[in-house]
Amino acid sequence: MARNRIFNILIPIISVLLGLIAGAIIMLISGHNPIEGYRALWNGAFGDAFTLGETARRTTPLILTGLAVAFAFRTGLFNIGAEGQVIVGWLAAVWVGLAIDAPMYIHLPLAIAAAALAGAIWGFVPGILKAKLGVHEVIVTIMMNYIALFITNEIIRNVLTDHTTTTEAIAPTASLASEWLQGITYFSRLHYGFLIALFAAAVMWFLIQRTTIGYELKAVGFNQHASKYAGMNVSKNIILSMAIAGAFAGLAGAMEGLGTYGTISVMSGFTNLGFDGIAVALLGANTAFGVVLAAILFGVLKEGAGEMPTGAGVPTELVDIIIALIIFFVASSYIIRWALIRFKKEGK
Amino acid sequence: MRGLEYVIEMLDIRKEFPGIVANDNITIQLKKGEIHALLGENGAGKSTLMNVLFGLYQPEKGEIRVNGEKVNITNPNIANELGIGMVHQHFMLVEPFTVTQNIILGKEPKTKTGKINIKKAEKEIQELSDRYGLKVDPTAKISDISVGMQQRVEILKTLYRGAEVLIFDEPTAVLTPQEIHELIGIMRSLIKEGKSIILITHKLKEIMEVCDRCTVIRKGKGIGTVEVAETNVSELASLMVGREISFKTDKAEAQPQEVVLNISDLHVKDTRKVDIVKGLNLDVRAGEIVGIAGVDGNGQSELIEAITGLRKSESGHIKLKNKDITNKKPRKVTESGIGHIPQDRHKYGLVLDYSIGDNMVLQTYYQKPYSKQTVLNQKAISKKAKELIAEYDVRTPSEHTMARALSGGNQQKAIIGREVDRSPDLLIAAQPTRGLDVGAIEFIHRRLIEERDKGKAVLLVSFELDEIMDVSDRIAVMFDGKIVANVKPETTNEQELGLLMAGSQAEKAGGAHGEK
Repeated sequence: MARNRIFNILIPIISVLLGLIAGAIIMLISGHNPIEGYRALWNGAFGDAFTLGETARRTTPLILTGLAVAFAFRTGLFNIGAEGQVIVGWLAAVWVGLAIDAPMYIHLPLAIAAAALAGAIWGFVPGILKAKLGVHEVIVTIMMNYIALFITNEIIRNVLTDHTTTTEAIAPTASLASEWLQGITYFSRLHYGFLIALFAAAVMWFLIQRTTIGYELKAVGFNQHASKYAGMNVSKNIILSMAIAGAFAGLAGAMEGLGTYGTISVMSGFTNLGFDGIAVALLGANTAFGVVLAAILFGVLKEGAGEMPTGAGVPTELVDIIIALIIFFVASSYIIRWALIRFKKEGK
Repeated sequence: MRGLEYVIEMLDIRKEFPGIVANDNITIQLKKGEIHALLGENGAGKSTLMNVLFGLYQPEKGEIRVNGEKVNITNPNIANELGIGMVHQHFMLVEPFTVTQNIILGKEPKTKTGKINIKKAEKEIQELSDRYGLKVDPTAKISDISVGMQQRVEILKTLYRGAEVLIFDEPTAVLTPQEIHELIGIMRSLIKEGKSIILITHKLKEIMEVCDRCTVIRKGKGIGTVEVAETNVSELASLMVGREISFKTDKAEAQPQEVVLNISDLHVKDTRKVDIVKGLNLDVRAGEIVGIAGVDGNGQSELIEAITGLRKSESGHIKLKNKDITNKKPRKVTESGIGHIPQDRHKYGLVLDYSIGDNMVLQTYYQKPYSKQTVLNQKAISKKAKELIAEYDVRTPSEHTMARALSGGNQQKAIIGREVDRSPDLLIAAQPTRGLDVGAIEFIHRRLIEERDKGKAVLLVSFELDEIMDVSDRIAVMFDGKIVANVKPETTNEQELGLLMAGSQAEKAGGAHGEK
């Protein structure tokens, strides 16, 4: 037990270190100075108040998509559909932000709720198909990603705008932007959504660990037969889990729509926020706290990467390689676990 | 010479794992040409000791001698070279491969050009099989042969590698009575050919039937070695458990009261949508234990699933204390006063990845005091779990331990504690002692009788006739989806029950045999 807990913390840390080391080796081979490269990365993420604010801003939706994947996973489901759930959440938030005229204390919560609801519906569909017909959620969620992307583009072009590619800005009453947060971060795009994301992480922890809802959801994920024997409604719990997961991802869409951009544009491809969420959940060991830490790491790497070409002449692609390597090492945690046990034995 | 008398000697073996001493100075000496039993409860350290001999673990202390010479077995290959072979409880066979391919795996005979010489191997295996009376077809595919045959392939595997000493790890656990009989014959012919055998088991009858000597270990300590001819079942049992064991369950005369469970004309279909319970009638009264005897597959599982709401009833009625519970949801059934010890404890009885504490509230988590307005009360859950762990002697480091980490007997005790604690009017126990050792079996039987004495109704389903005869106040024989006879355990015997279970109606009337 205790050993497991230590391993759960050690393995991601070792994976990150190995990823960074491997990245350094690649920089060396390609003729760059890894120390300068990482210094540029550091400066790009933490260099001043502005970059710090941007890092936090970039972390915000990643926390939520990470939660969306982790929550489903804790209840035995693979939510590959966070990407689509983000897109419909984004659309719903902006739509409400544009279409309604109301005071802020109604407008903003309504826009956020619309995003969560849209994401929840996008999770509900694969949930009900899995529960009632036994269709595997991985396939359905992947399909739902494409459906979300193309429907959203269609609505932006033909409903929200008159055949242009970007909507107007949402009403200020629906905006998450914060003059105060911008003020202390040299006018970065940091917004109140960061607090919402942290709050959502706390909600996930509470829901999973402390409520009968979480108790049922996890039980159904672990063992459907025993859950049925215990009198739980297996179908209901599968659907509920996917809907809650979808709601988290939908909120991530609201962060972009109401916080960072204030608009929605026609997308030529996926935002990748949802797919990064899979990596964040994996790195965070599917716990709420772990997801927050992993999302911060991803935010740092992605934001810091912007500085690497100008600061050290290292191409941004390299950062993607490092991130990929970290995920590779997390996924191959079995090897690290094996090495740790081996090392412990020899140390004796 | 003393040294030559023994083929294998394990002297004062000590093996520690973090926080536990699995083997505490155990000695076992195997004579040439004997069948030597290694007896102990689940978790006593039998497998650890044999894994030490087989080179999978290194002992902290102690000495292993083969034919009088001290050896150092650091991996299974060395054990093989020394002529030690293990027949594992869980077979290690490649299903799509043939018998021959499995046996030669890792030790393939080659032709001059480097190809595998299958013909030669098949001939060799056929010879081995004939010599020991194993009746194995070397060209058959593993997936096509019976479990008993697969076990014989495992035996051949060790013989092919030149084993002189064979270790059998709980070999009868997976076999039918006929297959057990054949296995015993095979063991005898192995001995005749000069092999020696260590039999790991906790089944006392087998030891009495086939073994020459028996070494007993209890909680990691060696208790001693006895000559089987000079002992008996109850002595072995008390050596193993450390106290007297009663095989005949003591119980007072049943005092049946009002009818608690009433089933009339029940029809249920199985998973393939075929009728399996066909117009079953059964009453169970308060204060009695009704045992359902029957050969597996005559509708027992489906009957219980129908009563507990896990399976739909096609027609008929199930009444609990005069209230109709036919086709009610499992939760309603549970709440109306039924406790259910399920046949498959891993599939139904427990969420193995939950702590033992969380498992203790599997049907009550939504009620007070375990939760309030959907918020769980961990303290109340822990308190209840601790109570049940103490009362039902569930051996676990704490209530936070994963259910998966507990031994089968302790998992079962936890389930029984949970089900009995709700104080249900009807307790259904399906195969409650399957795979458990005598200590746990005794405990569970006593609990069932206690519930009866408290005036509860108990419905017991078991494929072990001994258990049915011992525990029940009334035996309902189930055949082909119906109860075909109700008999008293005092006035029947295994022969009669056996015939009834096979569908022979005539026995009941005491008349001539007749096909039903």
